[in-house]
Amino acid sequence: MTTHLATERSGRRRGRSARNPAGRAGYVFVSGYVLLLLAFGVLPTCYAVWLALSNSRNQLVGLGNFTRTFADYRFGPAFLHIGLYLVVWLASLMILVVLLSLMLHGRMRRASTTLRFLFYLPGALAGVASVLLFLILLDPAASPVGWLLKGFGWNTLAQVNAPGHLPVLFTVIAFWTGAGGWIVVMYGALNSIPDEILEAARIDGASTLQVALRIQIPMITKWIAYMLILAFAAGTQLFVEPQLVSLASWGMIPDSWSPNQLSYQYAFQAGDFNGAAALSVDLLILGLACAALVVFRTGMFDRD
Amino acid sequence: MRRKRRPRSLAARLAWLIVMGLSALFFCVPVVWLLLAPTKTDGQIVRDNPFSFGSLGAVADAWHHLYAFQDGAILTWLLNSALYTFGALAVTLVTSIPAGYALALTQFIGRRLLLTITMLVMLMPTAAMVLPLYLGMNAVHLDGTIWSVILPFSFFPFGVYLTYIYFSSNVPSDLLAAARIDGCSEWQVFRLIAMPLAKPVIALVGFFNFVGNWNNFFLPFVMLPDSSQYPAQVGLNNLLAASPLFNTAGGAGNQILRPELALATLVTIVPVLIVFLFSQRALVSGMLAGATKE
Repeated sequence: MTTHLATERSGRRRGRSARNPAGRAGYVFVSGYVLLLLAFGVLPTCYAVWLALSNSRNQLVGLGNFTRTFADYRFGPAFLHIGLYLVVWLASLMILVVLLSLMLHGRMRRASTTLRFLFYLPGALAGVASVLLFLILLDPAASPVGWLLKGFGWNTLAQVNAPGHLPVLFTVIAFWTGAGGWIVVMYGALNSIPDEILEAARIDGASTLQVALRIQIPMITKWIAYMLILAFAAGTQLFVEPQLVSLASWGMIPDSWSPNQLSYQYAFQAGDFNGAAALSVDLLILGLACAALVVFRTGMFDRD
Repeated sequence: MRRKRRPRSLAARLAWLIVMGLSALFFCVPVVWLLLAPTKTDGQIVRDNPFSFGSLGAVADAWHHLYAFQDGAILTWLLNSALYTFGALAVTLVTSIPAGYALALTQFIGRRLLLTITMLVMLMPTAAMVLPLYLGMNAVHLDGTIWSVILPFSFFPFGVYLTYIYFSSNVPSDLLAAARIDGCSEWQVFRLIAMPLAKPVIALVGFFNFVGNWNNFFLPFVMLPDSSQYPAQVGLNNLLAASPLFNTAGGAGNQILRPELALATLVTIVPVLIVFLFSQRALVSGMLAGATKE
């Protein structure tokens, strides 16, 4: 603390005379955060990259760990599962969120506020809670929608949780917990479109559908892209959903369903930290690519 | 106003009602079911109308069964969740508010670089970092301690970004310059001018950090070896694994059935639910502030 104050004081003296105020104080204010950033962002990343490129005797092996994990019989299915899930999840997220936001927008203010809140509320059950709830709800024996599940010909939880159904099931869970938040964001984006533009279009004879397709959706494209990229990045990281479903599937669902699970298996079942690190780096690269896409392509942070 | 000029057709109104009704059902039915489930016995859940109310006595029974699991483990888990969540929250606020302030309103070398890294890291899903973090913690022998959970939770670039956005769009640097001319030190400028103005963003960063930490599963699941150290989320996973409903072999001898699982779920989300209900307004406007400021 005393050193902080000392640097601050000298910062003030220098700052006053220099062109930029607060020269050194800036460093003091960001110091705590920078320490955390280094310790829990930068260093673990570097360490993971090092582990991914070396073997258990700390010898560099180049891309050996990557090719080895790539050849693992579980690697292909894990990424395929995630790919299928992403297709279903992103398509439904995009279509339904945009549709619901448009329908909520500008209609019956009070009902719309209530509905947005109701849609948003399941977000409180994110994570394990939502999966646990759905595991009980999807058991045809106890489910309030048991008739619906039985209508599909599924009479037991095992039939509902069949491996082929998982992308859709995870989409339902993710939509239930996450869509409300995105609807709030889209609604806000729709609100920022000036009323005059919509009014002018209507006077020119545009129907509700035409207004939506030609004006509203194009004007919120940036937000839809933002949502898709974040949802894509998060979707590749699926862990808790398949982990719990696999636990409750009597061995039908492999415990390496998703890449993150596979990486976990490498680290804790096989004790192969280098292989686990290689898989983590694969996922980090995917995540980083998404992040870079958001920052540099959508231009949403072009404020500085 | 607009509506009057262009009355909607009956079909459009009907379609609106149907879509909204179905969506509301989809989002609400699980919540309502979850609230009712602990009031019934497992048999009643299966046999009775899904939306019937059982009795308060059944809630007490479910609680006794739940509490009996590993001698009150549920309370330990909740206390752990509170410890990790609030511990991390404190560190997050102490580090991210000044950092966002400095990024927005002061000049220093490396500021742009720090800002860019923050944005990149903020958009990276945290799950990909969990195993690298574990490996790092393992290398310095901190894995399995509470710090291996609290410290990574405290690193919250999104909070820095929110604070940065807030200060750069709500506090003119002239205001700070005036305070400096009046003889304030940098610390005084921050404490006397910036901090009082920052209350909304402090609440917002607190909200997101709290909810994120409370709901996090993967990191504590990987870091902590022992049930007595688990937060509630990982504890729920244990309950599921121990329930005879899903695990005939491991679940023998305890009474963790549907009412107990539902009750455990409810108990663990109560803190988040309270925060949700009380902060909805600030949250919605704040979410958009973070999202729409150009």
